[in-house]
Amino acid sequence: MKLVYWMYTGPAHVGILRVASSFKNVHAIMHAPLGDDYFNVMRSMLERERDFTPVTASIIDRYVLARGSKEKVFKNILRKDKEQRPDLIVLTPTCTSSILQEDLKNFVNRASLSARSDVILADVNHYRVNEFQAADRTLEQIVRYYLLKAREQGFLKNQSVTTVPSVNIIGIFTLGFHNQHDSRELKRLLEDLGIKINEIIPEGASVKNLINLPQAWFNIVPYREVGLMTASFLQKDFGMPYILTTPMGIIDTADFIRQVQKNVNKLAPFFLKKTFDFESYIDYQTKFVSHAAWFSQSADWQNLTGKKAVVFGDATHAASITKIMVREMGIHVSCAGTFCKHDSNWFKEQVQDFCDEIIITEDHAEVANTISRLEPSAIFGTQMERHIGKRLGIPCGVISSPVHIQNFPLGYRPFLGFEGTNQIADLVYNSFTLGMEDHLLDVFGGHENKKVLTKLLYKKTKFYWTVESQIELQKIPGFVRDKIKINTEKFARQKNVRTITVDIMYAAKKSFTNNLI
Amino acid sequence: MKTVESLIFECETGNYHTFCPISCVVWLYQKIEDSFFLVIGTKTCGYFLQNALGVMIFAEPRYAMAELQENDISAQSNDYEELRRLCIDIKKAINPSVIIWIGTCTTEIIKMDLEGIASKIEIDFGIPIIVARANGLDYAFTQGEDTVLAAMTQRCPEEESLNSQSDFDDNFKSNQPSLVLFGSVPSTVSSQLNLELKYQSISVSGWLPSQRYTELPYLKKGFYVCGINPFLSRTATALMRRRKCKLIGAPFPIGPDGTRAWIEKICLTFNKKPQGLEEKENKIWNELKNHLHLLQGKSVFFMGDNLLEISLARFLIRCGIIVYEIGIPYMDKRYQIAELSLLGHTCKKMCVPIPRIVEKPDNYNQIQRIRELQPDLVITGMAHANPLKARGINIKWSVEFIFVQIHGFVNVKDLLNLFTRCLHLNPSD
Repeated sequence: MKLVYWMYTGPAHVGILRVASSFKNVHAIMHAPLGDDYFNVMRSMLERERDFTPVTASIIDRYVLARGSKEKVFKNILRKDKEQRPDLIVLTPTCTSSILQEDLKNFVNRASLSARSDVILADVNHYRVNEFQAADRTLEQIVRYYLLKAREQGFLKNQSVTTVPSVNIIGIFTLGFHNQHDSRELKRLLEDLGIKINEIIPEGASVKNLINLPQAWFNIVPYREVGLMTASFLQKDFGMPYILTTPMGIIDTADFIRQVQKNVNKLAPFFLKKTFDFESYIDYQTKFVSHAAWFSQSADWQNLTGKKAVVFGDATHAASITKIMVREMGIHVSCAGTFCKHDSNWFKEQVQDFCDEIIITEDHAEVANTISRLEPSAIFGTQMERHIGKRLGIPCGVISSPVHIQNFPLGYRPFLGFEGTNQIADLVYNSFTLGMEDHLLDVFGGHENKKVLTKLLYKKTKFYWTVESQIELQKIPGFVRDKIKINTEKFARQKNVRTITVDIMYAAKKSFTNNLI
Repeated sequence: MKTVESLIFECETGNYHTFCPISCVVWLYQKIEDSFFLVIGTKTCGYFLQNALGVMIFAEPRYAMAELQENDISAQSNDYEELRRLCIDIKKAINPSVIIWIGTCTTEIIKMDLEGIASKIEIDFGIPIIVARANGLDYAFTQGEDTVLAAMTQRCPEEESLNSQSDFDDNFKSNQPSLVLFGSVPSTVSSQLNLELKYQSISVSGWLPSQRYTELPYLKKGFYVCGINPFLSRTATALMRRRKCKLIGAPFPIGPDGTRAWIEKICLTFNKKPQGLEEKENKIWNELKNHLHLLQGKSVFFMGDNLLEISLARFLIRCGIIVYEIGIPYMDKRYQIAELSLLGHTCKKMCVPIPRIVEKPDNYNQIQRIRELQPDLVITGMAHANPLKARGINIKWSVEFIFVQIHGFVNVKDLLNLFTRCLHLNPSD
């Protein structure tokens, strides 16, 4: 057993559901007890989804414990098949169902005989993998299922690659950190380069189109957490090369484009009788579309040179942001870290030359201790680090999931590509200046004026609070207590009452809610 | 009795969305100030709690997960040793007056003997440990509180301790038999309800739960107990069967009609003539007139997820609303009998048909019915709220009823406000 107050990654089934519900017309059925379908709430709230999340539960209750859930799962699969006619139904085990050790595979085989849709069982061990690993695996499983099936049926035989350069983007999906914006930015970038987007999976893709995947010249995996398994499967079985560099920051974006060039030029002479050269494009974009390069040269930025920062997040974002800060912005990264323990070797290798220390942990307290020991001027981390920063009075820019609703912005905020460099520069700069402003305010007496004002306003009349009403007032949570007190006294003043009893408090409350209606 | 029989109850498949009952930790740890809640479960439970708690989690709450690892599941580690180790850590870090273990689906399935281990550890290092099995196999959402309170009834002292706080009923130390109220509400709400009863010369000798574990009310055979929430049937049963208390079966103090009926029933039990209740209720309805006028003839559909549905529907019907369907996870007809019959009477009084009551609803079927009926307002969980709204149907997020003060006369406007706001019926808009 492990004492846990907070987790950076969710349970495995969340990863499965994120992949399944990103595809179009794929339905996931969770084999789970009542209340485990919280995923639907998150998707509906965070992504502000307009459609019903295609996830239902086949409920495990006492009856199931006694009798087994065979009939129930079977019936629920066929019911969904009939009601919503999905292309694919993914039976999703949960940690509860995995200890029941029922032969879910067998249920799936049986159901797929009678269902019109394809039915598969997500093959994941709940006690060994986290959300990211499960998502990675499930995406690969679905792709493999459709491609091998198509190969068996002979559909892939006469398929060849497209005549114009094209790519698949693998790993854009629901509830991903700024994934929608990144996807748009990548599309724009590739369009600029004259490259066709063959398929983007899983977000918005149809499983029917998965057989088209091998038509692309190569694959792009923007985030290493999800998509790598699929890419290496496609490489092994279909000889498709892939690019794993995340185009985040000016240097890595340029590197990414050069790799694209290399891959394109393998086939371009054959199909198009020419080769591509993207150097002038990189040069133009770096100088004129991205303002980050210029911004970090400007006078304003000089103040930030050598400032200390701590970076923490998933492997992709934490590594990229660390490199950007050091190589492109001249900021001193005291510590870089990730919670992706399963990918720690890669992470260490990426950042070891760019920071003083490296932290690999899933324990937020360890991160908090590190931050308070290092006392950086700013933190770049997840929602948790934002709150650690709040407590320590250090500003924080959010650069990685887990995040809350404010990090699903409606406006266009990619982290990838050249527009991404602008966004990141803003984020970093704003975090630091906020800290500076705050510091200056402290030096010059802070925000005290406000308090003085309210004190003056409410000095005129004295009120006598009875013992009971004082006790009652103490019960009100601290952050609203002053407001309640002021409102009650305001009410008492109107009524010409000097002694405030509990009754007066309630009457005041009533009168104020009355105004609110 | 007759009206209860004329109500029609249906039961569907139970494929509905609700919160896991471990969510009771969210409000109970805030209510019981010296407690610590340890949820013994998996990452799934932890993920749910951390997301459902929202920002509260960053305020260093007095709750944590005992996350089961693979070796716990396969019985390679000793449950007793593991739990003991964690409880020692908690005692060192926080030193609570009580640790409440929340059993989950996983502990049920692997049949972990939580009660047995708890009693051993309790003796070992002298901190009370209460076990509540609030799992998704058996219960829905608010029923979690029910399991915790039911377990807590066993810990209420049998003798009044000398230093207990009973100053507010000192004035009333009459011959009235003791009355203990049960149900977790913010202390302002419990003070308000105490005060309402004080107006009727009835003193409340304690609340379950109390603000602190060390102040649990004392319970003796023959004490009267009364619930304030409709989901507390196990607690009521435990109080009656195990502590030999007498249950006052009343409607719940939600809405002015419910509050009046609740106080009247308590008055009746104590042979007091209700003072000025009718005037008080009428005055409130009068004050609400403008809003009620707007609500006339509007229709509401409860998808059901928190067991407050019957009381809320009864209040809305009294406001002049037509309720098409009351979905509810679980219906204890014995515990809710007074509330059900008040529902029947209210329907008759307002001349509206009695809504269908659907136990263990099926959300998919309900959405088909909502499509057909096109109600003015659907009260539902967040999973369906945005999609329904996108289809042009007004929604009210049902979880809010748990976190907004809705009990008693004082909070009626807040309660009504929740509905009028969603219907965009505010006169000030």
